[in-house]
Amino acid sequence: MDYIPNTESEKKEMLEEIGVQDTLELFKDIDKKLILKSPLKISKKLSEIEVRKKLEEISEKNEQVKCFLGAGCYNHFIPSVVDHIISRSEFYTAYTPYQPEISQGSLQSIFEFQTYICKLTGMDVANASMYDGSTALAEAAFMAHNITNKNKVLVSRAIHPEYRNVVKTYCQMHNIDYTEINYNDGTTDIENLKNQVDNKTAAVIVQNPNFFGCIENINEIEKITKENNALLIACITEAISLGLLKPPNADIVIGDGQSFGIPLNFGGPAFGFMAVKSQYMRKMPGRLVGMTVDKDGNKGFILTLQAREQHIRREKATSNICTNQALMALAAAVYLSMMGKQLKDLAYINLQKAHYAYENIKQLNNFEAAFSAPFFNEFVIKCNNIEKLFQKMKENNNIPGLDLGKYYSELKNHLLINFTEMHSKEDIDNLIKIMKELK
Amino acid sequence: MNLIFEKTSVGRKAVELPSLDVPEKSDLIPKNMLRNELNLPELSEIDVVRHYTELSRRNFGVDTGFYPLGSCTMKYNPKINEDIARLPGFTNIHPLAPQEINQGALQLIYELEKDLCEITGMERFTLQPAAGSHGELTGVMIIKKYFEVKGEKRNKILIPDSAHGTNPASAALCEFEVETIKSNSEGCIDLEDLKEHLNKDVAGLMLTNPNTVGLFDKNILEIANLIHKNGSLFYCDGANANAIIGIVKIAGMGFDIVHLNLHKTFSTPHGCGGPGSGPVGVVKELVDFLPVPLIEKNNSNYYLNYNLKNSIGQVRAFYGNFTVLVKAYTYIKSIGREGLTEVAKNAVLNANYLMSKLKKHYDLPYDKLCKHEFVLSDKNIPNGITTIDIAKRLLDYGFHAPTIYFPLIVHGAIMIEPTETESKQTLDKFAETMIKIKKEAEENPDLLKNAPHTTPVKRLDAVQAARNPVLKWE
Repeated sequence: MDYIPNTESEKKEMLEEIGVQDTLELFKDIDKKLILKSPLKISKKLSEIEVRKKLEEISEKNEQVKCFLGAGCYNHFIPSVVDHIISRSEFYTAYTPYQPEISQGSLQSIFEFQTYICKLTGMDVANASMYDGSTALAEAAFMAHNITNKNKVLVSRAIHPEYRNVVKTYCQMHNIDYTEINYNDGTTDIENLKNQVDNKTAAVIVQNPNFFGCIENINEIEKITKENNALLIACITEAISLGLLKPPNADIVIGDGQSFGIPLNFGGPAFGFMAVKSQYMRKMPGRLVGMTVDKDGNKGFILTLQAREQHIRREKATSNICTNQALMALAAAVYLSMMGKQLKDLAYINLQKAHYAYENIKQLNNFEAAFSAPFFNEFVIKCNNIEKLFQKMKENNNIPGLDLGKYYSELKNHLLINFTEMHSKEDIDNLIKIMKELK
Repeated sequence: MNLIFEKTSVGRKAVELPSLDVPEKSDLIPKNMLRNELNLPELSEIDVVRHYTELSRRNFGVDTGFYPLGSCTMKYNPKINEDIARLPGFTNIHPLAPQEINQGALQLIYELEKDLCEITGMERFTLQPAAGSHGELTGVMIIKKYFEVKGEKRNKILIPDSAHGTNPASAALCEFEVETIKSNSEGCIDLEDLKEHLNKDVAGLMLTNPNTVGLFDKNILEIANLIHKNGSLFYCDGANANAIIGIVKIAGMGFDIVHLNLHKTFSTPHGCGGPGSGPVGVVKELVDFLPVPLIEKNNSNYYLNYNLKNSIGQVRAFYGNFTVLVKAYTYIKSIGREGLTEVAKNAVLNANYLMSKLKKHYDLPYDKLCKHEFVLSDKNIPNGITTIDIAKRLLDYGFHAPTIYFPLIVHGAIMIEPTETESKQTLDKFAETMIKIKKEAEENPDLLKNAPHTTPVKRLDAVQAARNPVLKWE
């Protein structure tokens, strides 16, 4: 099915109007040498029945397992309402709201999304979304560089390793000095930060809760950052934590919003968010929706402060971002509207489940707690044979978490493990039972 | 209409959370780390559903009506793609799970990459970039790294004056100096101007072909030759690939790097502005510079390959907007090799047909065969009526407006891209309406100046929005 409605006779009428005989004549402005002589080596078209069967087969090759993996991508409950709303084709088949009079749905929902992000992060201004948490973090680093005219970013090693990879890639391209700060007992090493921060530092970048699930001492980090006239960038990968934890007192707060009503999706799409203090508003990347009035004085919404953006400013723009993740931002707005104040209760359930598991696992023979810092719904546990653990868990159709040895050479045999409202006590007890049997 | 925050009612709930089934412990987190208040609305499920349903009715999508937004390829988004992307085997999989568990996902990415290679003639693709502009940035990073590795200092990127704004913005993010190449009287690259700009500082030329006035640059092979002779790389902004897939291979035109927009050419929905997907393809010489990981196949086993010698690194966490890839893959399997060629043929047929009808009534600065889109100007419209008035009046007639005031090389540009999924009847109706609007401009210009009349809101005050920004509800 090629989704082309015109019949052969209609096409003929159209060709007559144009004044050519054949559709291929419409390509006579292209050098003959370039025109393909043989069909593409792509499979033949399929009926909807065949397509569905083929794709179902592929999808079934992905095994459905009980999973205790978080690490930047979290398995949370999603109310049915979310997908029903974002499946409304007035939303999902629209594009960027360039014609505000017929895009008030997109615009108002983004304005509400911006409001939600400000409420949760405690910041003044939030944009209409970024691609994901990792690229939002890289853009925040660029932004800090532009605001401070300084060239060094200090990045905590307790930030998600894939996020750090992305920031590193971006910084290399922008000739920004990328330097890492160590961690100590699961959180950013304050002494190491003090040693490395200087008057060339544009930004100090930390994650909260960090990659190990631990809660950072943001106030202390903020104090040191301010003493050096640098900006503090806080990164959040587990957005549910905002229901319970104090929002970081930073200059720029970025994060990934996957936890707000978006499935795992093998890592995408979700969305990134960025919120800043008001004085940095005009240095922000991305779309912003503002409230205004129409010519009759009625309330309405419109894309605004576009003088920052690529389609106006070209090479002088604050970023090159154009398409963002608007539909996913809508999903988050719907999710937060559904969850409301109960986001706190939900976060509390996460906290309790993780601590129940923690208390039990660390007492097992072959396991011990890795860090003592307070944590939210994810923690690191040391085990004496992680390969055996994964193998044993696999036999029981479980993934126990993330093997940190792949990302930190000093954390061989360390497991990052996550618990959410999706794990029942029974699931957790089963996990503990398997762990207990491990010799 | 009211905001969601105005609909709150103390004590209302929309979600029943599970009760806590583990023993509760207190003081797990120090008090100074806990938030004091959480000022979110309290609503019922029906409150939320009604609110967003009402918002959706104040929106216009491809399913609502004709959406000829130039350079955005607003084609129909097949429903089967949506269903497939929601299969639990695709949505409920974790990116960091052991690779042997997610073989289906890796297979899909691998096979989609192979198809994109075949369609473009490129050697390999990365499917990591999340949007077209992200793909551009990735491409420019590859250019930068390529010359670094070669030990050549080249600090300039050439970009035509008709290019999308993302091109110069992407180049600037990689610290390149941008030099603009003029368009000639035919709307294409001015070869003489290009030659004057070519020297050892030039790392590359970023070109959209067909370009943003909808024209295929007939000098493309000569341009490629000039670029390569200069030792520079040739980048293709593939935003307009819908005009040429199955007809011409992008690598065949001499391009070294291309980004595609799966949300344009390969029918994945635009979602009010995303998620998109902007895969980047390269010729053999540049494969080593692609972001990691690539997906490889060993016998029947798919795996992630992080071992690329000169890789620019990762440009996004995980592997891209995966379920967008699922939709594009489903589309390619549905339309097959026959359909891919028909897409381009019919996109070009529809554009030329509409252009032929409208050029009798509107100024057409480049009057020759177009590809997927064409650009009118607002010259010769009487009574001070300009492009914005025409665009707003179209809304009254139930159409989305074309892209306006872009590209900058056309005065009051009206950039129209009908795509292949529109019928002759729709195009006729649109043409009639445009002609009627022209007549209204002559006879009753106020009707246009005050348009739109039938939309949920009238023309909005953009100046006030920018001068006194209100960016959240308080």
